[in-house]
Amino acid sequence: MDQASGPRRSNALSLHVPAPRARPGDKPDFSGWSFPEPGATPKPDIDAPAFELRDYAYGLIRVLDMEGNALGPWAPHLSPDFMRRALNHMLLTRAFDERMHRAQRQGKTSFYMQSLGEEAISVAAGMALSPDDMCFPSYRQQGLLIARDYPLIDMMHQIYSNARDPLKGRQLPIMYSSKQAGFFTISGNLATQLPQAVGWAMASAYSGDVRIAAAWVGDGATAEGDFHSALTFAAVYRAPVIINVTNNQWAISSFQGIAGGENTTFAARGIGYGVPPLRVDGNDFLAVYAVTQWAAERARANLGPTLIEHFSYRGGPHSTSDDPARYRPADEYSCWPLGDPIARLKQHLISLGEWSEEQHRAAQEEAAETVRATGREAEKVGTLAEGAHARASMFDDVYKDVPWHLRQQRDESGS
Amino acid sequence: MASMSMIQALNSALDTVMGRDPNVLTFGEDVGYFGGVFKVTEHLQQKYGAKRCFDAPISEGGIAGTAIGMAVYGLRPVVEIQFADYMYPAYDQLVSEAAKIRYRSAGEFTVPLTVRMPYGGGIFGGQTHSQSPEALFTHVAGLKTVIPSTPYDAKGLLISAIEDDDPVIFLEPKRIYNGPFDGRRDRPVVPWSKHDASEVPEGHYTIPIGKAAVVREGADCTILAYGTMVHVAMAAAEESGIDAEVIDLRTLVPVDIETIVKSVSKTGRCVIVHEATRTSGYGGELSALVQEHCFYQLEAPIERVTGYDTPYPHALEWEYFPTPPRLIKAMRRVMEA
Repeated sequence: MDQASGPRRSNALSLHVPAPRARPGDKPDFSGWSFPEPGATPKPDIDAPAFELRDYAYGLIRVLDMEGNALGPWAPHLSPDFMRRALNHMLLTRAFDERMHRAQRQGKTSFYMQSLGEEAISVAAGMALSPDDMCFPSYRQQGLLIARDYPLIDMMHQIYSNARDPLKGRQLPIMYSSKQAGFFTISGNLATQLPQAVGWAMASAYSGDVRIAAAWVGDGATAEGDFHSALTFAAVYRAPVIINVTNNQWAISSFQGIAGGENTTFAARGIGYGVPPLRVDGNDFLAVYAVTQWAAERARANLGPTLIEHFSYRGGPHSTSDDPARYRPADEYSCWPLGDPIARLKQHLISLGEWSEEQHRAAQEEAAETVRATGREAEKVGTLAEGAHARASMFDDVYKDVPWHLRQQRDESGS
Repeated sequence: MASMSMIQALNSALDTVMGRDPNVLTFGEDVGYFGGVFKVTEHLQQKYGAKRCFDAPISEGGIAGTAIGMAVYGLRPVVEIQFADYMYPAYDQLVSEAAKIRYRSAGEFTVPLTVRMPYGGGIFGGQTHSQSPEALFTHVAGLKTVIPSTPYDAKGLLISAIEDDDPVIFLEPKRIYNGPFDGRRDRPVVPWSKHDASEVPEGHYTIPIGKAAVVREGADCTILAYGTMVHVAMAAAEESGIDAEVIDLRTLVPVDIETIVKSVSKTGRCVIVHEATRTSGYGGELSALVQEHCFYQLEAPIERVTGYDTPYPHALEWEYFPTPPRLIKAMRRVMEA
């Protein structure tokens, strides 16, 4: 008898397929979520043994409350100047995203990915790490480059694959690479950068260097085997590395339950490896900064890796190739219970008397104008449609020297 | 000069390079204290310390991924995949990452990585200890693929691979680790010490990547071979009475096209032999190259003698393994065409 159509037995098994609480047409539902109060989570010493830190995987480190107060032992006590710089980096990141997303819609490039709502995760890390620490980013960490003052125009040249594209038109837009900025070439494969970051950190330790590595991966790609091998090697060799999981709830159209987040947290993955698991409010700049600083100090003290889950929400589409209204409620982002990272740092500075609505509007306008002016300059150099690269350049950098078969193909391609 | 087995020659290559360059380190499963299951890294941990020669978790993806990160940092890691058959979990890291990092970063980041893998059959290793996956690497832009057939070449080529600034897949024919094997398993095993190419200098020397060797000159037909099959080809040439020219390719990518063309243009006949499965095997590439470059000099269709398109069959290994009688049949066919 056909199993599928046979009579159902009382002890029949059934397959569980996780589903998000709300899909298009449903009301966003974040009910029943509880978070520790801002300031309530204690701050351990950097040399605390990993097994004493297990509870951190199930909590949430928060510093800023929703009124803009910085509370508790994780408050990093940053100067107002420093925080204004952070705010400006986040504003510039958002303005850049807005402009480049539009540029793709206008046909000036093939592809774009915004980091809307996740700006604090990259900008805070970019400011908490040393400038020469090595970053192995995923594709939504443009805030790292901006925090490290990488030229905005070079990012645009890359996105436009124009004549000044540092990557010579070889890479999908936003797959930046800069050795000078300590920003490893982004792979569209996902999670491959994690064991590489661990290896880089092992090499730094092997060489008696002082630099550490940091890597980023989305909640979805933690399901890759590379996540497991990275944590295994990081723990085994006590590599000076920070592995960041940016849990923005969505992997294109799949909610984080499809990656295994339904009954546990992504930070909790660290427990099985003996890697300290910190879970932090990713929309709280001060908390992300403090947690990154803690993990960096631990790594620099030769105490090994830390796994950080940044709990956040992907405000925009996955990329210019999808419409989130097709798979999640259109207003879900506006209901996110942990607010917006820019608004929250702004509120903090205002509550300190170090910022005002007027200054904020001016800073927003300045960021937009910087991006507009830079955009005009970049577009003068060219956009994707104009095809700036010589055909023969396609054959360079496959190997250090061009072997005979590529020389032959280069000649054929031109004839 | 000393007489060395291929294992000793590979060990000597690692020892030589580690002695000269503190940026060279080696790791892999059982590679450290134990010296590797085939003993290629024996004594290196004692000599250079555990930081330069160590055991890795059973995670080929992790071995490849971390080694890539080390190479990007500026080291020259040499990793061992215990059997080439185990490399599939590392394949994404090798194909999507190691091979493409120079290109996608426009030359800013590079991967001077050597991945050693014992490969091939003839050892009663069954499906998971006998495969020849070279074509899975030769198909990938950005990788170099090297296969030695003697202790002398093994040392010189491994040193070249380690000193190369691009990722090199270094496949070691494990059937001939301890002695040349001509495919005649009914005959007594001959140790490397009876073979001229087991004379290996103690110090540093290199065999260039991309250069083949004519190991037997002949006028009647050309046999293209690499790894263990070089010795099978030599035996076939001696036994057949056909004056075959045997070419040991040594590097599959970039292949030494000049040596191939020169030989086939002279003989007008070509037989290709490899252990790997036939369909989409490296022999197909060689056959296409010979056809493209030597069509008007060819006197006969090109023949391929290969493993069959089946998983590696444990008990039927000697039906599967290309042996001199199979090669001689192909040689006769090209001579009679």
